[in-house]
Amino acid sequence: MKPAPFRYADPGTLDEALAVLSAEGEGAKVLAGGQSLLPLLSMRLAAPTTLVDINRVPGLDSVEVTGNGVTVGALVRHTALLADDAAARVQPLLARATANVAHPAIRNRGTTVGSIAHADPSGEMTSVLALTDGAVTVATPSGPRTVEWRDLFVGPLETSLHGPAVVTSAFFPALPDRSGTAFAEVARRKGDYAVCGAGVVVTLDEDRRIARVRASYVSVGLTPEVHDLTEAVAGKPVDSADWAAAGALARTLVDPDTDIHASADYRRLLVGVLTERTLAEAAAEAAAKVTGE
Amino acid sequence: MTTKLFGEPVRRREDARLIIGKGRYLDDIGSNALAAAFVRSPHAHARITGIDVEAALDVEGLVAIYTYDDLTGPMAEPLPVLIPHPQLTQPRTGHALARDVVRHVGEAIVMVVATDRYVAEDAAERIVVTYEELPVVVGVDAAHEAKAAVHPDVPDNVAARHRQETGDVEPVLAASPRTLSFTQYIERSASMPMEGRGVHAKWDTDDRSLRVYTSTQASTSVRAAIAAKLDLSLDKVEVIAPDVGGGFGVKIVHPWPEELLVPMAAIALGAEVKWAEDRREHFISSAHERQQRQDITVGYDDEGRITALDVHVLHDNGAYTPYGIIVPIITATQLVGPYVIPVYRVQVDSVYTNTVIVTPYRGAGRPQACYAMERTMDRIADELGLDRAVVRERNLIQPDQFPYDHQLTFQDGRPVIYDSGDYPGLMVKLKELVGWDEAEALRSEAAARGKHLGIGMALYVEGTGPGPYEGGHVQVLGSGKVLVSTGLTSQGQGHETAFAQIVASELGVPIEDIEVTTGDTRRFGYAVGTFASRAAVMSGNAIALAARGVREKALRIAADVLEVDASDLEIDEGLVQVKGTPGASIPLRTVAVLSNPLRYAFDEAAKQATQFTTHDDSKPPVAEGDAPGLEHRDYYSPLRSTFASGAHAAIVEIDPATWEIDIVKYAVVHDCGNVVNPMIVEGQVHGGVAQGVGGALYERMVYDKDGQLQNASYMDFLMPYSSEVPDVVIDHQQTPSPLNPLGIKGAGEAGVIPGTAAIASAIEDAVGRRIAAMPISPTELYDLVRSPDSERTAASSRRAENGVLA
Amino acid sequence: MSVDTDRTITVTVNGVPREATVPVRRLLSDALRHDLGLTGTHVGCEHGVCGACTVLVDGDPVRSCLMLAVQVDGHAVTTVEGLARDDHRGGQVLHPVQEAFRECHALQCGFCTPGFLTTIAAGLEKRDPAAELTDEEVDDMVGGNLCRCTGYANIKKAVHHAAAAMKDDAR
Ligand SMILES: Cc1cc2nc3c(=O)[nH]c(=O)nc-3n(C[C@H](O)[C@H](O)[C@H](O)COP(=O)(O)OP(=O)(O)OC[C@H]3O[C@@H](n4cnc5c(N)ncnc54)[C@H](O)[C@@H]3O)c2cc1C
Ligand code: FES
Ligand code: FES
Repeated sequence: MKPAPFRYADPGTLDEALAVLSAEGEGAKVLAGGQSLLPLLSMRLAAPTTLVDINRVPGLDSVEVTGNGVTVGALVRHTALLADDAAARVQPLLARATANVAHPAIRNRGTTVGSIAHADPSGEMTSVLALTDGAVTVATPSGPRTVEWRDLFVGPLETSLHGPAVVTSAFFPALPDRSGTAFAEVARRKGDYAVCGAGVVVTLDEDRRIARVRASYVSVGLTPEVHDLTEAVAGKPVDSADWAAAGALARTLVDPDTDIHASADYRRLLVGVLTERTLAEAAAEAAAKVTGE
Repeated sequence: MTTKLFGEPVRRREDARLIIGKGRYLDDIGSNALAAAFVRSPHAHARITGIDVEAALDVEGLVAIYTYDDLTGPMAEPLPVLIPHPQLTQPRTGHALARDVVRHVGEAIVMVVATDRYVAEDAAERIVVTYEELPVVVGVDAAHEAKAAVHPDVPDNVAARHRQETGDVEPVLAASPRTLSFTQYIERSASMPMEGRGVHAKWDTDDRSLRVYTSTQASTSVRAAIAAKLDLSLDKVEVIAPDVGGGFGVKIVHPWPEELLVPMAAIALGAEVKWAEDRREHFISSAHERQQRQDITVGYDDEGRITALDVHVLHDNGAYTPYGIIVPIITATQLVGPYVIPVYRVQVDSVYTNTVIVTPYRGAGRPQACYAMERTMDRIADELGLDRAVVRERNLIQPDQFPYDHQLTFQDGRPVIYDSGDYPGLMVKLKELVGWDEAEALRSEAAARGKHLGIGMALYVEGTGPGPYEGGHVQVLGSGKVLVSTGLTSQGQGHETAFAQIVASELGVPIEDIEVTTGDTRRFGYAVGTFASRAAVMSGNAIALAARGVREKALRIAADVLEVDASDLEIDEGLVQVKGTPGASIPLRTVAVLSNPLRYAFDEAAKQATQFTTHDDSKPPVAEGDAPGLEHRDYYSPLRSTFASGAHAAIVEIDPATWEIDIVKYAVVHDCGNVVNPMIVEGQVHGGVAQGVGGALYERMVYDKDGQLQNASYMDFLMPYSSEVPDVVIDHQQTPSPLNPLGIKGAGEAGVIPGTAAIASAIEDAVGRRIAAMPISPTELYDLVRSPDSERTAASSRRAENGVLA
Repeated sequence: MSVDTDRTITVTVNGVPREATVPVRRLLSDALRHDLGLTGTHVGCEHGVCGACTVLVDGDPVRSCLMLAVQVDGHAVTTVEGLARDDHRGGQVLHPVQEAFRECHALQCGFCTPGFLTTIAAGLEKRDPAAELTDEEVDDMVGGNLCRCTGYANIKKAVHHAAAAMKDDAR
């Protein structure tokens, strides 16, 4: 289990990175935290001709927090995002989901943006990008562009980005007013990729009635999706909403797969259970905010 | 007086180097060695139609490529059937490199040697092997159906039918007041030591001798195998097991193809060659264990006393049988556990499948045996509406029944006669420790929290310390240092400490003066190996005997010098002294010097022993029948195995929404006779329990129908992290073995044996459905509870009538 | 911008600047073990799961099998060999967690041990030694490493033991 030969560059600027990516062509790959890429290289399941290591590119390692949302730079490690209280205040899903990503030593190296660029449907952060209606900023030789999450994820481990491109940041919009979130997952071992994970956002109206309910799942389906579950509980007072009904609705909307760790049916069961549980939690959080207003 | 170190929790001596990164494991040796890598079969069953190495030849750094055609003499023969047995009528082994047909994914076909492992893998990747695929057999049921054969000349796929019976089962069953029959399965797991296998070989071109380091549990036998296969004289081969990063059984198998091929290449190339197995190789080309189908019929009376037991096991032995039928025999003979089974018949059919070979993994057939017996007890209790503990108690062998002869023949060819034990004592302690009688209260309390709680128990008896023998050598040097060696190997069991404790106690020397070497054929050439919880029993006793021999000689020499009777002397803190007469003494190191009459003085100590300083000219310098030096070599060869025992109980809580299984309490009572070092024994128990939990809830080798291992990585083969291992409470009992001088029994494997049985029992108790396949994961539990076909336990029906959940 | 197949790197390893010329594909674990001769760092899986290869890069635990050697150019690496401190009398003082592992019998074969020691040492160094050590903290420190021998009970015990020693030292 040793990587096949490749060429290596560690550009000092974004422009240089793009230049090397352009020059090296199709077989070149960006190396960020390496926590997904290196196992693939060692198992020789991937054999890029060139690795373009972006770790020395300045300016990519900050988390910017505004009222609108959180911008996470390409070199922000999971550990840093997990510890960022300002980010957690604006978009609590970030820390809640990141806490479920791997173990600390992996989080010390792996990046949030790398997770998203890797487009693994069993990664937590792809779902969070979707659920928050986020987008990434991509540097290309023809200039930066923004790609909405819907346009980004094409298939498992596959994005719409082609040719020389570096994702420089991911933007996670702020949690709307009168909203609460929760994230939960079931994994075989603590720290493993989830058998099934669920992130939810519940938004109330001024009368503490359910206005909007959205959920996104981990390890369910080929690409992250967002499911609107509002119809199951729309208009219900937050304290008497039937979260089980929302869970039941969710079960009908998802299309999970069977693998060696779980059957599709079991995943569907978990979608229902985790939806019900997270919604109750998120709703309580939202309700507390409305009461506090 | 030297504190008696035997029985004390002495801190481990090997730790000093291991905690600072100065251990010496296989891949730490020979940093400049050439590296080997292998082309391995991607198919489970295929005929090799061509091997094209052309594309690899221009890889810079390539040194050599070997295929079957390069093997000559004994190397071209099939690998040995290590443990032949008359009932193993169709033994089959592969070749060091596949000759024409590959029979499991991972079988080695080509060996590449290059300047380093990266380059070796580059070259291996370019070698093109073409195949004609053959039909694949996966799983015991498919093997039994025999629609396809793994070996064409074994059309029914049966390697061996192992059969034992203690009487005529059928009439007794027919006459039994009650009988029940059931079928259950247990899946494959594996030893999975954190360090894989590995071999380093160095050929001394001038001396024409070979030194091999290998991460093995049996260095002396690897040495013999290498000498035989490579046509070398035994004295030209030395084999050393360096620090070994865990074994758990897989490293007892030998010679692995790599253990022969790497030395072969080292000789051919006149260079150092090394192969350090990577994790993927370990998954697909070492060994697994545990898959069985068990069909059980038991006769019993209205009190739950067993009248007869009839068991038929289908045992998956994988593609080859290099390790014979040891695992089937152990399952067959250990199944009876701590119980009186008036008539017992067992047949284990060991069958071929197109999967990795099956050889002992810690427990070695015993977890399956325990699963069969203990689940039978649970079923009887359920049928009769009795407490599961009560049914067990009624069947236990009583303390006054020892030695207890089961009329069976064990894996060492010796009778299964339990030497000592107190099984009712274990039960009392276990029930107390786990709170067996308070379980109903816990169940209600958990139900109030919306959880299903269940409790289960399992007992086992473990034959440990089988022969044929081990040896020990103890030598006192003139410096006072005491060298101790034994041939068997260590993989973390703390032998350097335990054996030093034994010598310190027997000889009366400070432990700091003792140096222990294991698994090095340069130091001790005769040994069997480390398996079957035998190291402490076998080498421990051999070393004790060797130390006693040294002591005797030391007393004899000192008696001469001090002009007293040897029986008036004692040795303490390295000083031989006249009992009760302080001052009348001679240091043991001086005795060592005097024991070797010298002509030449090379240092101050030696001067004391030269010919003009030693007197008594009435005797020859070395007395008749004596030998120079204060050393002794001795062997311990037991009449038969000694039988350790224990009882485990688990309490589980199950979330009825997600079917996640949480072990909330795990209790262990164990009895391994006299204990050399309780700290080490407890460590063995903890480690064993973690593997037991892994085997019950997390670990399994998932083969698809094409024989591809679906989870050949640590990502998907779920060995427990600390988060998955419950806290374990332990209680002890000691019934010394009458069979050996130290009164000890083995402790290495015990912890893992009852895990699957106890946890299955607890889950069944919690959900009220029969658990008949282990391991079990939440997704399977979910399938089970909602399946209309799954069988409810009688206990749960009764509880349901009383309005209790599940 | 150079695109290379080999590189010469300078790394401060256990406080000592070291130089090595390595193929760019060389894993940090292999470079430490085979180029720098620091074989205390072990390799158990080479895909990030077992943690045996964990070393500290600029003080933080990372998997050395999931980094390229070239990536630590200019950085500081601490391996298990670097946990003990100079006692300024020509000897070494073990890190409290090393002492604790021996005292609590937290290792058997010792293969996983270096990864645990580096991870736990970093975890203990980062916390306020005066604060009470919680079970969650312990779980976090040991939770990402596999051990096949010990069943973890004594490893957790050792973390508590080491923390207590560090608390005493801090007084
Ligand atoms: C043992 C283990 C357990 C894990 N468990 C989890 C888990 O539970 N949940 C989870 O989500 N993840 C898990 N991971 C993966 C981890 O979170 C990774 O950090 C993450 O998936 C990828 O981030 P990275 O920075 O390491 O990316 P890399 O490995 O460097 O790259 C991954 C891919 O993304 C591309 N890429 C990365 N960054 C960019 C960029 N800025 N622009 C363009 N392309 C880019 C690379 O070219 C590559 O194809 C685990 C990893 C390991 C080893
Ligand atoms: S070897 Fe690096 S995590 Fe296992
Ligand atoms: S001590 Fe052997 S793997 Fe941990």
